[in-house]
Amino acid sequence: MPGLFLIVLLLLAALPVYRPGYKVILVSSILMYVILTVSWVIFSGTTGYLSLAPAAFFGVGMYTAAVLGMALPLPVVVVLGGLASSCLAFLVGAVTLRLRGIYFAIFTFGLVEFIKNLLLWWEIERTGTRGRFVVLVDNNTIYYVMLAILVMTVLTAYFIRRSRYGLALQSIGEDEEAAVHAGINVTALKIVTFAISAVFMGAAGAIWATQLTYIDPYIAFNLNYSFMPVLMAIFGGIGQPYGPILGAAVVAYLREILITEFPYQYMLLLGIILLVAILFLPNGLVGLVERARRRAFGGQRANT
Amino acid sequence: MVTLLNMVIGGLLLGGLYALIAMGLTLQYGVARVLNISHGEFIMLGGMTTWTLYTVFGINPLVCLAICGPIAFVLGFGIHRVLFRRLQASAPSQGAFESSSMLASFGLLFIIQNLASIAWGTEIRAYTYLAIPVHLAGAVFQANRLVALGCAVAIGVAFYIFVARTRMGKAIRAAAQDPATAGLMGVNINSVLALCFGLGAAMAGAAGVLISMIYPVHVVMGMPYTVIAMIVVALGGLGSIPGSFIGGFVLGLVGSIVAYMDPGLSLVAYYGIFILLLLVRPTGIMGR
Repeated sequence: MPGLFLIVLLLLAALPVYRPGYKVILVSSILMYVILTVSWVIFSGTTGYLSLAPAAFFGVGMYTAAVLGMALPLPVVVVLGGLASSCLAFLVGAVTLRLRGIYFAIFTFGLVEFIKNLLLWWEIERTGTRGRFVVLVDNNTIYYVMLAILVMTVLTAYFIRRSRYGLALQSIGEDEEAAVHAGINVTALKIVTFAISAVFMGAAGAIWATQLTYIDPYIAFNLNYSFMPVLMAIFGGIGQPYGPILGAAVVAYLREILITEFPYQYMLLLGIILLVAILFLPNGLVGLVERARRRAFGGQRANT
Repeated sequence: MVTLLNMVIGGLLLGGLYALIAMGLTLQYGVARVLNISHGEFIMLGGMTTWTLYTVFGINPLVCLAICGPIAFVLGFGIHRVLFRRLQASAPSQGAFESSSMLASFGLLFIIQNLASIAWGTEIRAYTYLAIPVHLAGAVFQANRLVALGCAVAIGVAFYIFVARTRMGKAIRAAAQDPATAGLMGVNINSVLALCFGLGAAMAGAAGVLISMIYPVHVVMGMPYTVIAMIVVALGGLGSIPGSFIGGFVLGLVGSIVAYMDPGLSLVAYYGIFILLLLVRPTGIMGR
């Protein structure tokens, strides 16, 4: 699996050389969704706490770029975007992660609307404008920064999964009460993981904002940025590490096609895809792949 | 003094609507265990349908209440039968069902909102109905707001009596406490859950009719109401019907006071109350 990942990575790194222009923007947006989805899975996929806050962290990253983009160099802005989101995640986690999972879902769902309304009020009352311009960056730079964030996200997800720390997270997802009795400081672990997962969302938001050039609270804090990663993770399947990556890549590409081909029906089609995935693909695309693989190599493997 | 009275009455008028919306969500979450993100879309459907019925066919909005409520009920009942019952049957645990049903309700949200924008377009729609000033203890209110409050309270009280006094209501309460045991006691659990989901949708639809009498309606109006309903449900205690009713009025009063100071901040204030609640009393007003 790491070999395959490396090959895909090399192909992606070479893309701007042999396919400049529109394709680069398209793939950047797919990479962005992969980052959001993989970082969502780092926390929600393992612990089972359904976070609907990706849009909040993504938006905070965007606004970091809008506010600081003129004053600071791009890498610093991207890192600061990640850190700002992480701080917000830390606060949110400290307030909600002691409570039952459903409060967490409600809280994170409302968070996006809350920040949007507060920011809108602030911008109209204090700064007198609704939106902000973001400093322009050329498409290839956006692409490579996005790719770098993606690599870090995937590596972080991989190492967390392989570590003792990842095992502890998994045990929270399976039975939190038992995890407490096994001596795991569940609250601290959940808060820290939530904050880590937000870093990548914020960083992705900061670089994505430069591609949009203009943002306002409605663009930056759009709940679709919360829904899409969840949809993509479920569609791909969170049972295997490559599931969310596969799901995000497929759905993000599908989304681009649907938006250009059926601009007025694309939400309807996405909704139907989501319902079908939940009803008929309980383990996502990964479930299909694994089943096909078992069928192909079924005879050669011992039953374990 | 008059401003204070103004704010309190205004808050009660707003609170009645919030209470109705939140009671619907409480039924769907507290009994059927579906945290329905598309709750606000049923409100939107109620509002848009009323707009069409009133402006095109000239049907009185109060009559629309009797049309939209039952239609929303059938829609909700059917959705539960087709979608959520299957999810419940295939879910390995209650927790797994709660997250998969919540995700499925996103799907519903996308579908309903898109269908509505194909049907009605994205313009803001409004009509005037009973916009007569009424003098109430020195303050002036529009008659439609009073009618809306009256209808919301009537529906809420009627529903409370239904749950507290009838045999079906007893089955609903049993299902809310423990669906498995209720099933063993001879409650037809699948139809009770579908009934609750349908009733929740009917309340949302009815609330949409009432809202359209007062405010302009449009296709993407649902989401803020969903957020408000969730906050009220958490405020009243997850799954408590009287809690949602009281919580709705509490939030309405807060909203009216904040709106008096700065209308842009009401949703922010609601969320602030929610944060405070989680820190101080996470089980809600009526929660155990």
